[in-house]
Amino acid sequence: MIKAVMVMNTQGKPRLAKFFDFLPVEKQQELMRRVFGVLCSRPENVSNFIEAESIFGPDSRLVYNHFATLYFVVVFDSSENELAMLDLIQLLVQQTLERCFKNVCELDIVFNYSKIHTILDEIILGGQVLETRSTEIMRAVEEISKLEAATNAISFIPKSASSWLSR
Amino acid sequence: MGSQGGFYQSKEFLDLVKSIGEARSKAEEDRIVLSEIETLKRRISEPDTPKRKMKEYIIRLVYVEMLGHDASFGYIHAVKMTHDDTLLVKRTGYLAVTLFLNEDHDLIILIVNTIQKDLKSDNYLVVCVALNAVCKLINEETIPAVLPQIVELLAHPKEAVRKKAIMALHRFYQKSPSSVSHLVSNFRKRLCDNDPGVMGATLCPLFDLITNDVNSYKDLVISFVSILKQVAERRLPKAYDYHQMPAPFIQIKLLKILALLGSGDKQASENMYTVVGDIFRKCDSSSNIGNAILYECICCVSSIYPNPKLLESAADAISRFLKSDSHNLKYMGIDALGRLIKISPEIAEQHQLAVIDCLEDPDDTLKRKTFELLYKMTKSTNVEVIVDRMIDYMISINDNHYKTEIASRCVELAEQFAPSNQWFIQTMNKVFEHAGDLVNIKVAHNLMRLIAEGFGEDDNTADSQLRSSAVESYLYILGEPKLPSVFLQVICWVLGEYGTADGKYSASYITGKLCDVAEAYSNDETVKAYAVTALMKIYAFEIAAGRMVDMLPECHSLMEEFLASHSTDLQQRAYELQAVIGLDAHAVESIMPSDASCEDIEVDKALSFLNGYIQESIEKGAQPYIPESERSGMLNISNFRNQDHHEASSHGLRFEAYELPKQTVQARIPPASLASTELVPVPEPVYPRESYQTTTVPSVSSDAASTELKLRLDGVQKKWGRQTHFPSTSTSNSTSQKTVNGITQVDGSNTANSRTRETYDSRKQVEISPEKQKLAASLFGGPSKTEKKSATGHKSSKPSSHMVKSHAPKSSMEVASEKTSPVQQPPDLLDFGEPTVKSTAPSLDPFKDLEGLLEPTTQVSSAVNHSSTAAVTKSPDIMGLYTETPAGAHHKDSDILSGLSNSPMTNMVGGTTTMQVAQTSKSPNLKDSLEKDALVRQMGVTPSSQNPNLFKDLLG
Repeated sequence: MIKAVMVMNTQGKPRLAKFFDFLPVEKQQELMRRVFGVLCSRPENVSNFIEAESIFGPDSRLVYNHFATLYFVVVFDSSENELAMLDLIQLLVQQTLERCFKNVCELDIVFNYSKIHTILDEIILGGQVLETRSTEIMRAVEEISKLEAATNAISFIPKSASSWLSR
Repeated sequence: MGSQGGFYQSKEFLDLVKSIGEARSKAEEDRIVLSEIETLKRRISEPDTPKRKMKEYIIRLVYVEMLGHDASFGYIHAVKMTHDDTLLVKRTGYLAVTLFLNEDHDLIILIVNTIQKDLKSDNYLVVCVALNAVCKLINEETIPAVLPQIVELLAHPKEAVRKKAIMALHRFYQKSPSSVSHLVSNFRKRLCDNDPGVMGATLCPLFDLITNDVNSYKDLVISFVSILKQVAERRLPKAYDYHQMPAPFIQIKLLKILALLGSGDKQASENMYTVVGDIFRKCDSSSNIGNAILYECICCVSSIYPNPKLLESAADAISRFLKSDSHNLKYMGIDALGRLIKISPEIAEQHQLAVIDCLEDPDDTLKRKTFELLYKMTKSTNVEVIVDRMIDYMISINDNHYKTEIASRCVELAEQFAPSNQWFIQTMNKVFEHAGDLVNIKVAHNLMRLIAEGFGEDDNTADSQLRSSAVESYLYILGEPKLPSVFLQVICWVLGEYGTADGKYSASYITGKLCDVAEAYSNDETVKAYAVTALMKIYAFEIAAGRMVDMLPECHSLMEEFLASHSTDLQQRAYELQAVIGLDAHAVESIMPSDASCEDIEVDKALSFLNGYIQESIEKGAQPYIPESERSGMLNISNFRNQDHHEASSHGLRFEAYELPKQTVQARIPPASLASTELVPVPEPVYPRESYQTTTVPSVSSDAASTELKLRLDGVQKKWGRQTHFPSTSTSNSTSQKTVNGITQVDGSNTANSRTRETYDSRKQVEISPEKQKLAASLFGGPSKTEKKSATGHKSSKPSSHMVKSHAPKSSMEVASEKTSPVQQPPDLLDFGEPTVKSTAPSLDPFKDLEGLLEPTTQVSSAVNHSSTAAVTKSPDIMGLYTETPAGAHHKDSDILSGLSNSPMTNMVGGTTTMQVAQTSKSPNLKDSLEKDALVRQMGVTPSSQNPNLFKDLLG
């Protein structure tokens, strides 16, 4: 089971955090700080795996990947495969975010906070990998986007109408 | 840039993000965020906020909370948003609540109804959103509220919904297996879903189910194999390909499931060989995901019933991993190697160089994985290299968690495979020196015990060599400036026990060192306590050896300091030291017998040795004791107190000081007869002992207690220590209090028996050797010479192993004679009581004659009787000691206690013998009485030369 997905930049600022088992905010912050502490001390050209038991408790592994200014981190237990998790990050970043934003960068993730969450919800549900076809993920996200765009357009009118009425 | 895809965000939010991004310090960031929170608080509670705005505020709140600030004021608004009709707003609401709330939050109850409604929606997107929320927010209690709808959704026309419904059910299973146990068949059904995505999702819950109960799913092996075959043959739609691999995540899950199902099941495994072999061949090892599948294949092969061909393919794949330049692949290779060497240990040989390369690698993760591998392949031939490496690495790292782990692994390996005592002590010293504060205190206790007991091999000289080398190395190490507390405790204890044992160092030298320790670590009371007790032992040994004791001046000043210490524990130790020094050699020797830390202490909680005293008091007109429960008016209070006592741990302020004596009175004083007026004086002496044993350092106090409590034991032949007080049993049998004693006897014998069995079991385990050794032996064929090492025996023999060892000899003897099994008696046991063994031999014969009277007695009884005679011959000295200080027994607490420690054995021992005999012969009363008679006569047969009077008393 996947325990958490985190995105943070190279200065250690959290950009996205999704914990699949609930943790209080303070705990999440602490975990992210500690993860960053380990990440930034890693030399170049080493493996993408970290023994995470000291941070996340027994039976936990951590896989990270570094893209430009961002670290993508996945924490999971022994029922997942490290290399596969590495590819999951790849899938998220290069096959999905890249398609969504074209040349995805840190700011895209910050500004499209809720969209990234939507994408993640499509890929991982309840800590299990649910969908790995990027076309399918894209389709689902597009569908929602279209719908939202539509409701957005509609919601302007009733909104203003109702505010007119209430005056 | 932000609004692609219609996820609208205002300029305000962009500005916020920007300004946070540009913040120079954490303080500045906090300031910005706090002002943002103020803004949001104000705006969000405005009555007529447009939904579009509201949605953005909520997103901003989520963002703020991710940065670590409290956004709880907005939770209720997020909940409200989930009620909205428009999908856009609803989605945001659900997203926010899944991030904000945990499943036990109070607000969840407000959402359950909405979720129920949304699960019925016609719009599948709404259903999907609701299912997302279900996975995160539904707890055990609310599962029934949505369960029927989830089950309905399993047949939804949209595969995305079916998939998520399965995930929701899986989540329920994780949270409360019983809630969905009747729905497990649905998972099997969905395995045949038309959509491969749904099938793939079903594998997740099935994996969990199979992990918990393999046997119920054996019938699915064929299905899984055929699915895997189809996937591997690219029968799935092209869309499932990822980096030219067909549905890799499904393959991985399936391989994991097959590994579980084929484990230890030849028949099931045989079905898998073909498909796994195919995958090995087809897998593209140039892509990351291809290697992920290969790795999973190796795991599967090493888990299922072994197949030589597959093992070969696996070994090939591993060597490719290890030769790769990628650290990731090396890591996987090392991990896979660790799995495969369990089945084919020889493959480790060919990768030696690669493994050593990984050990030198700058990558910490890889290094640790390699240490894990080494740990798995340690044997007696390579233990020195591996443990040295591990210790070097341990010293080099700062991560306490990992340091602790590696330290405990070093200790474990050293205990198991140590080639020599010298090496063992040195290794332990290094571990303690560098990770002393991190290792479990049990490790320290284990080390002390090991030094005290020796390795149980060869003869005593090896043990004493071990001790002297330990003493020597500790004296050297004491020169180091700062040592961990735990290590100092070990050092003090060993110096106290064995510092002067080999005569190499003078008492004044050792005591000087101990005083230095106590002074240098003056703020560590535990260490000081250890030091004082060690001093006491050294002086006691000196006195017992008949040498003059002159305390060093620094020792004097230390004692003065401790006598006035704030710590009652230290004070007590100091007073005890003073008292011991004032005694004569004979008494001291019995209080502090040398090298007796492994001896057993039996405690008679019924205090039956006081019976005579009580009888006397009653005859003089004292009131008999009324048990607390029978006292009118006291009942409620005592109940209250009992409750108090249970709760004591959770409350800060309790009047424990008043409670303790009460408790001990209840526990220790037999309800038979004790004047209520004596209630106070009796518990008084008991109390300090209680606290003494429980305070601060369990090991010190119990150790000190052991040496003290043992005081009457030393004259006894130690091997048969328990049987010592045989005579007094017969007295109690002959007195009117038969029933009471009978009960205690039964208890005593039961515990003794069960313990005997227990230790026998543990010994057996040692002989079979714990898992690790078995592994090592089967892997590398090399006979590990540690099989019989006591260290491993301890590990397998659970908590009270301190006692166990001292039992072991006895039990092994008894067992040996009982089963005539070839259990070899460790040689060092024999010299425990050599003199008495001789005296036993002649007295055995007359007893054999008695046995003849008793019908077919088994060997057990003979063994027991044998021991009892041994005890009898020797017991007089002890009793002599006891009677020698009769005055003290009435005045001094410690003496009463010594009696306490003394006579309990009486009963236990007596009980053991009689009960065992009774059990074996299962005779009617007549025979019982005959036996008793025989026993009494037996004692008459071997009258003590030292103190015949005592026997006269006992036997009437």
